[in-house]
Amino acid sequence: MSAPQKITYREALREALRAALAADPRVFLMGEDVGRYGGCYAVSKGLLAEFGEARIRDTPLSESAFTGAGIGAALGGLRPIVEIMTVNFSLLALDQILNNAATLRHMSGGQVSVPLVIRMATGAGRQLAAQHSHSLEGWYAHIPGIKVVAPATVTDARHMLAAALADPDPVIVFEHVMLYNAEGELEPVDAVPLTGAAVRRPGNDLTLITYGGSLPKVLTAAEQLAADGIEAEVVDLRCLRPLDDATIMASAGKTRRAVIVDEGWRSGSFAAEISARIVEQAFYDLDAPPARVCSAEVPIPYAKHLEDAALPQVTDIVAAARGVLGRG
Amino acid sequence: MALPDQDTALALLRQMLRIRRFEDRCAQLYSAGKIRGFLHLYNGEEAIAAGIIPLLDAKDAILATYREHGHALARGVDMGAVMAEMYGKQEGCSRGRGGSMHLFDAGTRFYGGNAIVAGALPLAVGLALADKLQNRAHVSVCFFGEGAAAEGEFHESLNLAALWQLPVLFVCENNLYAMGTALVRSEAETDIHLKARSYGLHSAAVDGMDLLAVREAATVAIGHVRAGNGPYLLECHTYRFRAHSMFDSQLYRDKAEVAQWQARDPIDLYERELLNLGLIEAGSRAALEAEVEAEVEAAVAFAEAGTWEPVEQLTRDVYTQPAA
Repeated sequence: MSAPQKITYREALREALRAALAADPRVFLMGEDVGRYGGCYAVSKGLLAEFGEARIRDTPLSESAFTGAGIGAALGGLRPIVEIMTVNFSLLALDQILNNAATLRHMSGGQVSVPLVIRMATGAGRQLAAQHSHSLEGWYAHIPGIKVVAPATVTDARHMLAAALADPDPVIVFEHVMLYNAEGELEPVDAVPLTGAAVRRPGNDLTLITYGGSLPKVLTAAEQLAADGIEAEVVDLRCLRPLDDATIMASAGKTRRAVIVDEGWRSGSFAAEISARIVEQAFYDLDAPPARVCSAEVPIPYAKHLEDAALPQVTDIVAAARGVLGRG
Repeated sequence: MALPDQDTALALLRQMLRIRRFEDRCAQLYSAGKIRGFLHLYNGEEAIAAGIIPLLDAKDAILATYREHGHALARGVDMGAVMAEMYGKQEGCSRGRGGSMHLFDAGTRFYGGNAIVAGALPLAVGLALADKLQNRAHVSVCFFGEGAAAEGEFHESLNLAALWQLPVLFVCENNLYAMGTALVRSEAETDIHLKARSYGLHSAAVDGMDLLAVREAATVAIGHVRAGNGPYLLECHTYRFRAHSMFDSQLYRDKAEVAQWQARDPIDLYERELLNLGLIEAGSRAALEAEVEAEVEAAVAFAEAGTWEPVEQLTRDVYTQPAA
C-alpha cells in the first residue's frame, strides 16, 4: 500500500473544485478574482485555463448581485459555486443568503429549492485587521434553510465540496484562512459526508469541542495535556448546521467534562449554543460546568501581539481544560 | 405595431378586469378579517402585467415584488390557488407559507413574490445566466417598483446583466411612491430608464396606463432580449390607485393627484380605445365583468373551503429532505 499523500488545504480545495467541474457540466465557479487572478487565496489557480471563462467567472465587486445570481442560476438548473472573499464581505450578500437562498423553499411551499454552494474565507491570524478577520459562521449557523460546514482537514476539504454540490439545498462552506497553507495527509477515501461530527482524538478525561481553524490548536493543546497525563477527546464538529448532537453528547457524557473552542466572540457565540445543548441534554452526566474559549470581545486588531491576545490560543485551551478538571 | 386581433383585444380587457376585481375582493376580505398580514394591491397598474406577460413564452421566467397578484394572475397561476394563499390555506399556491407577498408557481415559472424591494433583480440575472449557459432562448422578466432603484442591488444587477449580456427584461413599474416617499424626495435622477443607459443597457419609457403602448414597447423589448442583444430596461409610468398597503392612510399625497390619475384608469382608457377601433361593442365589458365576477367568487369559495395545514407539518420544506 502506498504512503498517504501529503497536500495543502488549498490544494485539496482546488482538487475538489477541479473534480466537481470535470464531473458535472452544470457546475461553475463565480466570484471576485477567481479567474484571471487565480483566486484571492489562490484556490482556483489554473482553473480558468482548464475550464474557460464561462465556468470560471470573474465578477465585479458586487457580493449581493453575484450571490443572488448564484441563487437564480441554481433555480435555472445549474450548480453554482459562489466564492466570497471573506466572511466580512458576505454581509453585503446577507440579504440574498438569508432572504432568498435560505427561504425560497419554505416560502414557496416546497416548489423550488436552491442547490447553491457558497465558499468563503473566515477567521483571523494573518494580521488583516478587523474587516478581514472575523469569524461569523455562527451567525450563519443560526439560519434555518441553509447548511453550514467548516472543513478542518485536507481530507474534509477535498471531499465536502462534492457532498455540498450533491445536496439539493444551499450549503455554505467556511474555509479558515490559517488552514490554506496547512499540510495534511489526504486519506484514501472516496467521500466524506456533509453532516456529522468526527472524533479526531480519543480520550476519557475531558472533551474538547471545536471546528475549522481552531482544530490544529486544539490538537496541539490535547498533546500538551497528554504529556501531563490528561487524555482529552477532541470532537471536530465539521458541520455547524445541522449539528451532530449525538456525537457531542456521547463524548461529553463519557468524559463528563467539556471545553468548547470557537474563534467567534464569546457573547452569543456558537460555543454558547454548544454549551447550552450540553447543559440541556447531558447535565446530570457532568462533573463540571462546560467551559468556553472564545475570541476577546474586540474587533480583531492588526498588531500581532494584540491579534494573538484576542484569539483562542493553545495556552488558553490548556488552561480551560485544566480548569474543568479542577487542576487549574 | 399591428393591433391585437379581436380575440386578443378582448382577452386583454378581460385580464385587466380579472386583476381589478380580484384586488377589490381582496380589499373587502381584508376588512372582513379573512386575509391578514401585508396586502399590497395592484389597482391602476393592470396595463403593465396584462400588457407584457401574455407576450411571453411558457418557458420564460417571471419574478415580481410584494405587489404581484396581478402578475401571477396574468401569468396563468390559478386564481383559486392565489386566493387560497391569501387565506393561508394549504391549497394556496405556496401552501399558505408565503401569503400575499410570496406567490410562487414553479409550473408557470413564476418565482415570486419577493418582499425585499430589489431582492429579485439578482435572481433574474442568475436565471438568465442559467439560460445563456445552457443555450436556451428564454427571457427572464423581473418586475419591480421605482423604489428599487435606490438599492445597491438594482445597480449591481444591471451592471452584471449588461456585462455578461444576459437575457433579462427589467420592468420598472414607476408608480411614483416608494411606500410613502415620492420619487422626487428620494432620487436625484427621476428617470429610471436613464440610469439603465449608464450601465450599457438599452432602455425605454412608456405610458404604463396605456395597455397598447405597453404592449408595443414590450414587444420591442422582449424581441431585443430574445434575439440575444442583451438586457433591456422598460420603465412604465403608472400610479397605484390604492394605498401602499392596507395600513397606509395616504397622508403623503393629495386627493387631487389621485383623482387626476384615476381619470386615466387603464381599463377605461383601453375600453374606450377598443370601442373607437370597433373591436368591442357597448355591452362587451359588462359581459366580461359578469364572467370575471363569477371566477372571483369561485376563487373565494375555493379558498373558504380550503384547509389548514396540520401544525405537525410546520418544519416541512425548510430543507428538501427533513433535517437529521
